[in-house]
Amino acid sequence: MVNTPPVESLTPQPVMQPHSEPVGADAPVVHPVKAEVRNLSFYYGSFKAVKNVSLPFYEKAVTALIGPSGCGKTTLLRCFNRMHDLYPGNRYEGEIVLYPSRINIVGPAASPIEMRMRVSMVFQKPNPFPKSIFENVAYGLRLRGVGGRSELEARVEQALRGAALWEEVKDRLRDGAYGLSGGQQQRLCIARALAVEPEIVLFDEPTSALDPIATGKIEELIDDLRQRVTILIVTHNMQQASRVSDYTAFMYLGEMIEYDRTAKIFTNPSKSLTEQYISGRFG
Amino acid sequence: MPDATTTTPAPLVPHVRRLSGLMLRERVVEGLLLLAAVFSIFITSGIVFILVNESRPFFRTVNPIEFLTGGEWTPQFADPKFGILPLVAGTLSTTLVALLVAMPVGTIIAIWLSEFAPAKVREVVKPLLELLAAVPTVVYGFFAITLVSPVMQQVYAWVISFFPSLKENYPELPLFNVLSAGIVMGLMIVPYVCSLSEDAMRAVPMILREGSFGMGANRTTTALRVVFPAAFSGVAAAYTLAISRAVGETMIVAIAAGNQPTLTANPLQPAQTITAFIVQASMGDLPHDDIGYQSIFAAGLTLFVMTLGFNLLGAALRRRYRQAY
Ligand SMILES: Nc1ncnc2c1ncn2[C@@H]1O[C@H](COP(=O)(O)OP(=O)(O)O)[C@@H](O)[C@H]1O
Ligand SMILES: [Mg+2]
Repeated sequence: MVNTPPVESLTPQPVMQPHSEPVGADAPVVHPVKAEVRNLSFYYGSFKAVKNVSLPFYEKAVTALIGPSGCGKTTLLRCFNRMHDLYPGNRYEGEIVLYPSRINIVGPAASPIEMRMRVSMVFQKPNPFPKSIFENVAYGLRLRGVGGRSELEARVEQALRGAALWEEVKDRLRDGAYGLSGGQQQRLCIARALAVEPEIVLFDEPTSALDPIATGKIEELIDDLRQRVTILIVTHNMQQASRVSDYTAFMYLGEMIEYDRTAKIFTNPSKSLTEQYISGRFG
Repeated sequence: MPDATTTTPAPLVPHVRRLSGLMLRERVVEGLLLLAAVFSIFITSGIVFILVNESRPFFRTVNPIEFLTGGEWTPQFADPKFGILPLVAGTLSTTLVALLVAMPVGTIIAIWLSEFAPAKVREVVKPLLELLAAVPTVVYGFFAITLVSPVMQQVYAWVISFFPSLKENYPELPLFNVLSAGIVMGLMIVPYVCSLSEDAMRAVPMILREGSFGMGANRTTTALRVVFPAAFSGVAAAYTLAISRAVGETMIVAIAAGNQPTLTANPLQPAQTITAFIVQASMGDLPHDDIGYQSIFAAGLTLFVMTLGFNLLGAALRRRYRQAY
């Protein structure tokens, strides 16, 4: 059971200005803003699952979305690649502005397919395709018209190295992906997402189906990736959020309760609800 | 002391009784299921036994090698020949034509139903298609000779006007021919292929489709490059059933294929299938000790072995493509 939060803690955060200083005066690195969520609401039919959320996502940084189950983390994440467009009756309100192109991801002018070409996703359960390891990673490249054996091979290798999987699979690239362990399958999915050089990579609880060792490897990997790409990660594991992320947003019942640098959220949150959640008193 | 018994803690007893009642029911259900399984094995072995037993007198007269390799099937001649190959050729050529129709058409409709059609359309179209499977095949047989074959004759006349060399050898398409019978048989099989393939594709987890869409793929790419391969084991099961239906189909070929056992793979000619021969032979009142009557069982045994072979092949294919997503 979830405690009812105090009313004042549900007040929405002020809208972040793009290209502003990162939150917290002690910020060591200044990241430009990669994407900015502005007054975003999302409806499954008439059910409002994300309520007027605003927050920035900094370039080449990891932002974690935390909060109890059902608070709308996955729903918010899936707005970024227009995944909700696959199902009827879903509706976006507000904006997700992608920088530097300033295109509104959830706006009518943005094509869902183009957004998915630019924003990759790694799912909660590893979901490799019924193809060889090589063809899994090459899938997005082929969709983007990358032809030519040698270029494909080079980029597949690069992606597999980037996902820390190359050494384990380089001698069996032609084997089926379902022969890999769960952790390897998830790293394969990460390689598949990275191969197309996306602007943002979305991770939806990428380790929830994995054992601790495989989880550790994925976390290390995310740590490496932050230098190359903007990362959004949903997790209900607070240790994971504090280990891998630079910024953390805490959501509750579809609202964004608090957003700050991860260190701040986990040591000195400003909302009592956040404090209650991270200290494990509900969720 | 009746009071003493009523005051003892009673709830445990009915509870246990209910439990053992449940266990008994479980036992009975298990027993019934086992009985059903044993029964089906019994029937199958019964059929095999009868086929083998009844064809023994036949193989005392006809050398099995001759039977399997002979190119003439003339049971009603004064000097009868029992080479099964013309019937096998007729069976395989009608089956091949049927599959060339049923597999692509059935698969395309299945992909469309599963991946493209709105739910409302699918809910109407699928039962309608399945209804087609309930049409008696004798109806399809007459459909073949009254509509499809005459149309094919016209088409053939038009086609050979471009190929004079063909005109010399085959000036016209006979009304009874393998092609028309095969096409109609293919149409009859479409609902089987379609329904089973569609089930297989719909069983592919949504998360695989999302993975593909998430990479920027459109519906067509997702359907053809992710969903179809993922469902291929089930689709192969549909194809296996299609082959079995085609090999075993009787009325359509008996009516429309011409009942002339000729050793040819040419679909423009009349032919006779194993099943059509069995119908023809059973309809005459042959004495049971007649070799013509006994040949029915030899032909039936051949058909059984062929179907068994295709099914084993299908099972191997399904195993080969089973996905562990
Ligand atoms: N497809 C859907 N249709 C309707 N409601 C949904 C759907 N998916 C999720 N929800 C609801 O939206 C809310 C947020 O869900 P979700 O984003 O999956 O939460 P989280 O990822 O934080 O656990 C929940 O109340 C959930 O029941
Ligand atoms: Mg979730």
